[in-house]
Amino acid sequence: MSSFSEPVIAPRIGTGRGLRRLLHPVTPGLWLSVAILIVVILWAVAPGLWTGYNPVEGQSGNQLQSPSAAHWLGTDELGRDQLARLIHGARYSLSGALTAVGVGLLVGTLIGLVAGATGGRTDTVIMRLVDVLLAIPSLLLALSFIIILGFGHIQAAIAVGITSIAAFARLARSEVVSVRRREYVEAAFGSGGTFLGVVWRHVLPNSLNSVLAYAAVQFGWAILQISTLGFLGYGAPPPTPEWGLMIAEGRNYMTTSWWLTIFPGLFVIVVVLAANRVGRALRRN
Amino acid sequence: MNKPIAAVYAGLSQDVPVLSVRGLSVAYDGRETVHDVSFDIGRGEVVALVGESGSGKSTTAQAIIGLLPENGRLTAGRIVLNGEDISVWKGRRLDTIRGTVVSLVPQDPGSSLNPLRTIGSQLTEIWRLHGHRDTAAIRQEAVELLGHVGLSHPELRFGQYPHELSGGMKQRVLIAIALALKPALIIADEPTSALDVTVQKRILDLIDKLRVENGTSVLLVTHDLAVAGDRADRIVVLKGGAIQEADVSSRVLGYPASAYTRQLLADIPSRTHFAPRPAIPRAAAPIIEVRNLVQDFDAAGGPFRAVDDVSFSVLEGTTHALVGESGSGKTTTARAVAGLSKPTRGQVFVNGRDITALRGEPLRQFRREVQLVYQNPFASLDPRQTVGEIIAEPLRNFGRPDRAERHARVLAALEQVQLAPELAERRPAALSGGQRQRVAIARALILSPRLLVLDEAVSALDVTVQAQILRLLDGLQRDLKLTYLFVSHDLSVVRGIADTVTVMQSGKAVETGEVQDVFEHGRAEYTRALIRSIPGGRYLER
Repeated sequence: MSSFSEPVIAPRIGTGRGLRRLLHPVTPGLWLSVAILIVVILWAVAPGLWTGYNPVEGQSGNQLQSPSAAHWLGTDELGRDQLARLIHGARYSLSGALTAVGVGLLVGTLIGLVAGATGGRTDTVIMRLVDVLLAIPSLLLALSFIIILGFGHIQAAIAVGITSIAAFARLARSEVVSVRRREYVEAAFGSGGTFLGVVWRHVLPNSLNSVLAYAAVQFGWAILQISTLGFLGYGAPPPTPEWGLMIAEGRNYMTTSWWLTIFPGLFVIVVVLAANRVGRALRRN
Repeated sequence: MNKPIAAVYAGLSQDVPVLSVRGLSVAYDGRETVHDVSFDIGRGEVVALVGESGSGKSTTAQAIIGLLPENGRLTAGRIVLNGEDISVWKGRRLDTIRGTVVSLVPQDPGSSLNPLRTIGSQLTEIWRLHGHRDTAAIRQEAVELLGHVGLSHPELRFGQYPHELSGGMKQRVLIAIALALKPALIIADEPTSALDVTVQKRILDLIDKLRVENGTSVLLVTHDLAVAGDRADRIVVLKGGAIQEADVSSRVLGYPASAYTRQLLADIPSRTHFAPRPAIPRAAAPIIEVRNLVQDFDAAGGPFRAVDDVSFSVLEGTTHALVGESGSGKTTTARAVAGLSKPTRGQVFVNGRDITALRGEPLRQFRREVQLVYQNPFASLDPRQTVGEIIAEPLRNFGRPDRAERHARVLAALEQVQLAPELAERRPAALSGGQRQRVAIARALILSPRLLVLDEAVSALDVTVQAQILRLLDGLQRDLKLTYLFVSHDLSVVRGIADTVTVMQSGKAVETGEVQDVFEHGRAEYTRALIRSIPGGRYLER
């Protein structure tokens, strides 16, 4: 009944105010999270602006330096600046997460849409398969797909994306099923709409809201998964400055050079938390 | 704005009023929506607050019981209840009088009870909240009260959950909760607008009876001047948050002082004047013929028969009404005619063709001939489309005329339903309920169908808007030679607009005939009960 007392005038919202509305209410923690993500995105886009050091080739005689004014986060066993490697590594984490979420979103929504819109036996069969997919631990599933797809950064991202398809499909289906029963969908069929036309014009756009919000939350999770695969050695090969791989490489020097594991680990934690915080805010609105 | 208060109340009893509202103003987010409202309610008196949605009647009622939404604030005025000014009271202090001195019967019985708790536990809660501890005594009193408000098998109801009760029964439970501690004043906020007419009459009768027995005062909030006239001693007419008129009921209805009240009176469905309907053309061919229609639905306890052997026919260019209460099968029948559901048995001929056999592409082509307008224009329009896209959609489904032609036809359709062309760019959320229903009608008309199925198309609208839409439909029918199948629970609406009517009860057609005949010589007991339930009998001629 609440819809009956809606304001009569819906204001047009510009992009700036639109973003603020999407994130409302903006708490200090949320501001900080947005700022962190913006910085990380800038790192990924233009790492050269943030550091002058080469992330791949080290300086001899400069190995395993502890944090100092010249090397804020120290150097690794090959004399490479750790901060430079982390800044350049942002590109791999973000592009990987984008790919993973993109794969999950596209394929999952498509599966959910087909299942929810057709219903009946098709729906049952598809959703039981999705349940099977959900029953397998996601890391195990990702590893299996990497074995099939081959090792590498993009392969790891796609594998992570595949493991999230089931969750996206379930969510999309439940949205589609509820939108499918709305009166305006029946009205669209009643005015002579074909099945595909109505699904494309009404069911899909009105189902997407919460699926997109879920994608925002998945983003942080994907970064974590990709780092995990990197750590296990299934992601980008050395000398790529991928964060998970850096943690793995630093392990050998844990007792002598703590900064090699601590800083990449902190970066992953902070970025994942920030992405989660922003994703949850987007989902709420 | 209106007569001085002293003049309005001259000649009334000099008792101290139970409730005295003086100069009440309420603002939402700083914007004042109720301005300087004053009225009294004496002991045992019924006062009605009448107005359309947005008139401030519910806000006034909420302010009195201290239940304004978060962003609402009292900006001026006093609310004196039993001699105490409660307008300055806050939270916990108000709890002490809610239920004991003043209580509320909410609008929507469907959503006002907790679905997870039994009727008994929700009813007895009110005693427990106010410090009663004797469980056995409370239970006995609660069961008695359930019987008193007219529920059969009160012992059984006590242990049932809300979903096991009908809407009317739930409203009785809510009335029982409001009455439990014998408050001096009951605020009934549109207590029957979600209920069928016959149930509405019984609930209002119940409130009347309980008032006489307990001497309780009632503040009745309603959009329906006819209901107010039947039930209230005095009527306060609100518009835009200000009092237009306040007087005893007979005078408000008999000699309305404000133009707005006269408008409201003219818009009461049973009094809306249409040009006399043209004589039914005897030679016209039937455009709809429903023969022995049966519709079963699967339900938990085996198949449920929603429509049971219904037959009727409708002549081209006339309006046929399907009337009945919820669950009577009228909407199911209408949907079968619109080709939206497949009947279990029987035939539906539209333009001489049995449409129950249609499937796939022939069914899609059939949509050009019949269009349906839904009850709730807030649900039947896609919120993501603009009005222009909504109206043009049927055109895109058939033949795909180019953009310029579509646009021209959308503008023509908007003009047909008397909407401004600028609205084509807006989205439904920016439109009022009446405007949205006009958009839905425009969408239905753009394919130039010969038959329109109107499924409670005016029931969700205020009386004034309802009258406007009915006039629009009447005009369109004359201009475009349309045939209407008009589904309604409200006989009074049907009288002005329909030529023939089928009265339905529990899936069966109990009576079919010409409207005038059915109204004046209705044979079925149920038809007469429906006619008796039309409000407005006390001061208005029906």
